[in-house]
Amino acid sequence: METTVISKATKRTGPVLFADYKRGDGIKKALQMGRDNVLLEVRESKLKGRGGAGFPTATKWMLTAAATCPEKFLVCNADEGEPGTFKDRVLLLEYPELVFDGMVIGGYTIGAKQGIVYLRGEYEYMLKSLEDYLEQMRKDNLLGKNILGVEGFDYDITIRLGAGAYICGEETALIESLEGHRGESRNRPPYPVNTGYNGRPTSVNNVETLASIPHIMMRGGEWFATMGTDKSTGSKLFSISGDCGKPGVYELRWGATIRDILKLVDAQDTKAVQVGGASGVCLPESQFDRQLSYEDTSTGGSIMIFNKNRNMLSILKNFMEFFVEESCGQCTPCRIGNVKLLEGVEMIEKNEFTFEYIRNLKELGKTMQIASKCGLGQSSPNSFISILENFKDEIFNTNRNGGSK
Amino acid sequence: MSTEKDTRAPKAQQSHTIKKPETEGTIGGTISIEINEKKLTVPLGTTILDACKQNQIHVPTLCHHDDLCIAGVCRVCVVEVEGMRTLQASCAFPITAPIKVKTSTPEVRKARRHIIDLMLSEHYGECYSCIRNGNCELQSLAKEYGVDGYTFGHVDKPTYEIDNSSYSVIRDMSKCILCKRCVRTCIDLQEVGVLEAIDRGDKTHISTFLDKPLADVICINCGQCINRCPTAALRANDPSDEIWNAIDDPKKHVVIQTAPSPRAAIGEEFGLEAGNSMTYQLNTALKRIGFDAVFDTNFTADLTIMEEGTELLIRLKKALVDKDASVKLPQFTSCSPGWVKYLEHFYPEYIDNLSSAKSPQQMFGALIKTYYAEKIGVDPADVVSVAVMPCSAKKFECNRPEMTDSGFKDVDFGLTTREAAKMIKEAGIYLPEMPKTHFDSPFGDASGAGLIFGATGGVMEAAIRTVVELVLGVKVEDLFEQGNIIPVRGFEGIKYVELPLGDKVGPVPDILKSLVPNWDWLKGATLKVAVVHGTANAKKVMDDIKAGGKFSECHFIEFMACPGGCLGGGGQPIPTTLEIRQKRAKAIYDEDMSLDVRKSHENKHVLKIYEEFLKDGPCGHLSHKLLHTHYTKRGKYMA
Repeated sequence: METTVISKATKRTGPVLFADYKRGDGIKKALQMGRDNVLLEVRESKLKGRGGAGFPTATKWMLTAAATCPEKFLVCNADEGEPGTFKDRVLLLEYPELVFDGMVIGGYTIGAKQGIVYLRGEYEYMLKSLEDYLEQMRKDNLLGKNILGVEGFDYDITIRLGAGAYICGEETALIESLEGHRGESRNRPPYPVNTGYNGRPTSVNNVETLASIPHIMMRGGEWFATMGTDKSTGSKLFSISGDCGKPGVYELRWGATIRDILKLVDAQDTKAVQVGGASGVCLPESQFDRQLSYEDTSTGGSIMIFNKNRNMLSILKNFMEFFVEESCGQCTPCRIGNVKLLEGVEMIEKNEFTFEYIRNLKELGKTMQIASKCGLGQSSPNSFISILENFKDEIFNTNRNGGSK
Repeated sequence: MSTEKDTRAPKAQQSHTIKKPETEGTIGGTISIEINEKKLTVPLGTTILDACKQNQIHVPTLCHHDDLCIAGVCRVCVVEVEGMRTLQASCAFPITAPIKVKTSTPEVRKARRHIIDLMLSEHYGECYSCIRNGNCELQSLAKEYGVDGYTFGHVDKPTYEIDNSSYSVIRDMSKCILCKRCVRTCIDLQEVGVLEAIDRGDKTHISTFLDKPLADVICINCGQCINRCPTAALRANDPSDEIWNAIDDPKKHVVIQTAPSPRAAIGEEFGLEAGNSMTYQLNTALKRIGFDAVFDTNFTADLTIMEEGTELLIRLKKALVDKDASVKLPQFTSCSPGWVKYLEHFYPEYIDNLSSAKSPQQMFGALIKTYYAEKIGVDPADVVSVAVMPCSAKKFECNRPEMTDSGFKDVDFGLTTREAAKMIKEAGIYLPEMPKTHFDSPFGDASGAGLIFGATGGVMEAAIRTVVELVLGVKVEDLFEQGNIIPVRGFEGIKYVELPLGDKVGPVPDILKSLVPNWDWLKGATLKVAVVHGTANAKKVMDDIKAGGKFSECHFIEFMACPGGCLGGGGQPIPTTLEIRQKRAKAIYDEDMSLDVRKSHENKHVLKIYEEFLKDGPCGHLSHKLLHTHYTKRGKYMA
């Protein structure tokens, strides 16, 4: 296979991830500090999971570290599958030193000997270069036995390819997939920090979360926590796409408003912004002053911009078609619920609906949010509920005559 | 801290199968919780569902089954746990903290109703045209939650073609609600692994390897999946219409044999508690609906003991006296057709260990169309032979091409307990009200040894009762109280028993004189036997034998494909639980105690048949022709 040559064509800039960093420095620092101090530093940074769920990283690591089992794993979730998200791709292609150093530090902290990158199947093209990078790390004793001379710290990283299922970005389904099983989420509790890969304590962290770690090592948790808002510290990569002049991956401090973003990427005549991908919420102009943060509109980084020419119903239909196909099919609310929501959208499209039935479907959506087995089904109705609520005038009135039959 | 179980269950389900704490101290004491504002103390690790059950709080379930590992997929059992954003599946939530649970909030009720409505929207068919009408868990739930319409629509066409390729199990996936009980039954409970969910999203469905018809995959026909299916997505291949046709045809002489397990369970189909034996009422009912004669399968179970026991003694003599290295030991029982097919697929290299003796059903089939037909002067071509069995695999067994030693199809139809009940109801008969009558001659009533074939350990117990008396020349009651061989009884998955024969042997009985001169070679020997039920346990034992472990030293092993033995068979009334199976077992053992003849070799009808018909004795020439068979090395790869 042809190797993709990775080059930083344009120099990116940002406060944390896109700042300067020299490979291995974070690992050296962490090894000097010792496990407990690494944990304290990460706790001080208040770093939260960047995949979207926002679980405090220090807590996850402490729980994994505290589990009494000789074998533990650190898994890097690189199954970047949320529609409209492409920031992990940038990190892996352009900043592999951050991701892999973060994985070494994490493995050291929780006591794992093995790190696993679960790489999205569609990213197979970068596999060779990532493998080469790991090989170089082994040569430089940043992986392998007695890393950087620390007696007994043996750690290596392997890369495993996914097969293209969206559900496998959910951490327990990812673990199932790693074990060679059908990608289906597990019941929780027990959580992966106790019973994860092969039944062993496992910390599953997003690419971006891990990439933040080396900088936190180098510059301290306190420094990290000065950025952003009270509950959302540090910076975030946003994958911005849609109707704008300058789409791309941007690193911003938490707390920016939607309006800030639209300005930054030169978006005109914006009607709606989908925050958090297909599983996120769709905001109308009246809510553009809302903040991007865990406490307001939480997101794994996907921002999709739609201008006044877009048809909100067809956007919703697209999202629902996605979920109908990508539900793992395991639990009833998600497997059949998404089909019913999609059918509802099609009914509106054909103008063959009753408002009572649409209300029923919204209630069904709320049930799906609380009764589905995992995050997929719990978040799949978000678009349906928010688009029908925030754009009801367009959907039910414009070019339509009320639509009840 | 290895906690892995040796199982092929999907990890998602297996890694947190929550063991029921037997005592409060089992996994770390107790914990105080609140359910519906009632303060309770439960052992740590108890699921919310079990905590509710123990405290008489009803929570609806569908994918949950006490015999199976946890799935947590249907979501019908969701409850509210204070402080948690989402509702929790009570079946899958182990209590490890002092939680507060509410089982009937407006959100919970609405969610359950939504979930039931969603399942109904994709569940094809109408209740009145369904085999499970009146015994369907989805139907019960719909009733419980007051469903009076299809909120989210209802499919008006079947979504999948019915797979009726198998002699035993019919799959109608249009009725499937994806609870995955069948998957967990097949993979985890039985460790066969024929069924699994394939595709995803709205295309998810339960399927076989490469979506092949069930007849073309390594299904062993045990039917355990049928017993655990909450709807009629899985059902047995029902021959009752053909049997009615035969009954209604005046030219046909239609006979039926009844196995002990259906008799111990068929009352359940008529609303009785499990554990009510209906043996003699069933005789009357079957005669009244038009069968010309009713026979007791226990008769050929007794015959099986004579043939299989003799075969064992011959194998032992060849191995111990003649030092014949080609003799295969341990000898495996062959009366469970599910087990036989399991072995043929998974351990084909061991088929020579299977006893060549046919199962009681097939022995009877061969005798009915030869000995019996001749005796009553009917052309065997006009005899239709039916067997009421607790089993779906018996349907496959009677269709095996080698089962035609009478010159005809030895057994025409295998009928499950459920189907027999259906026929009786159709004839307007309420079984429990029937007067009791005996079995028909010439076979008559059989011994208790044949009867206990229905429970796991029964074949072994019957064999021990006979072998001990024939070889040692003593009464089995002198060695075991009341002749009950307690060590081989019970529902433990694998039982291993050693029986030292001692230094005193008896004279060789007349019936075996042509085979062995004396028993001296068994002096001081220890007979090692094992009893195994459920193919997951069989797998463990077979792997141990392969590895040269202690079971490879056994002389005789009883294998039954179904958990609990025949009484837990795939043709038995639904539902099935450990408690129900225990009650059926008790009914069988109680009936054994009530009989005068409790040993196969004391069954005078059996002795008579050796005098009149099988004149060269057990394992003799005619026996070999009619009562013994051979097997097929199938392997796992099927064309």
